[in-house]
Amino acid sequence: MPASRCPLPDSTTSRVSLTLGSTIESVDTVERTAEDFALRAGFDPDTVPNIVMAVREAAINAVLHGNAYNPDKRITASFETSSDGLTVRICDQGAGFDPCCLPDPLAPQNLLRGSGRGIFLIRAFMDEVHFRQLHPGTELTLIKHRAPANPVA
Amino acid sequence: MSMKVAIRQVDGITILDLSGRITLGEGSITLRDSVRDVLAKGSKKILLNLAQITYIDSSGIGELVSAFTSVKNAGGELKLLNLTQKVHDLLQITKLYTVFDIWDNEASAITAFA
Repeated sequence: MPASRCPLPDSTTSRVSLTLGSTIESVDTVERTAEDFALRAGFDPDTVPNIVMAVREAAINAVLHGNAYNPDKRITASFETSSDGLTVRICDQGAGFDPCCLPDPLAPQNLLRGSGRGIFLIRAFMDEVHFRQLHPGTELTLIKHRAPANPVA
Repeated sequence: MSMKVAIRQVDGITILDLSGRITLGEGSITLRDSVRDVLAKGSKKILLNLAQITYIDSSGIGELVSAFTSVKNAGGELKLLNLTQKVHDLLQITKLYTVFDIWDNEASAITAFA
């Protein structure tokens, strides 16, 4: 059976917000919604998979590291397209964390670690990444700008 | 689509033909269990064929690294074969391209094992 897609409310709606459980299935739902919105926002075929991966990594962080799969905690994911591009906000209800304290996954001593690359990939693929502590929880905002239609030479 | 693994032997090399997604959860666990199983059966020369891998996330990348270190710690060798462009790009930006021994031709990869 093919995986279901989160339906967009109608052809003109440019914003949707999802509240989901702390499960891997929620991560997949967020991923599929990100693909829908990235396509709707008009990003090119090379950029869409990068946006989708960044959003998936943010959802994994929320479910795995934020809420620690706690069934009593939820994640929220909001998606908004605008003339400027796509904005995605992922919130969890976890203990929060300091992104400044994350080890550099490119440092020689960390290259062979089995984890710790999620935030790095998010930053690599999005134009803006913002963290906000919610007490409790963390809000992660990911922004991808549209390339200018007629860039000035 | 979950990840699937087909295992074959060629000239003493254990080749794992992987297909699908290596992601948090089932895909990563399947890869971990498969490498653990072939190591337990005495295979020390392992080639992961990623030609049919359609998607990999940070958890999957981490699982490739863990497989590499597990095999190395067991005194063996693990190489990668047939990266898709996406996986190639991910290993480049994570600086893992220089960690793994990567091949795009199976026969050449097999002869490269010590």
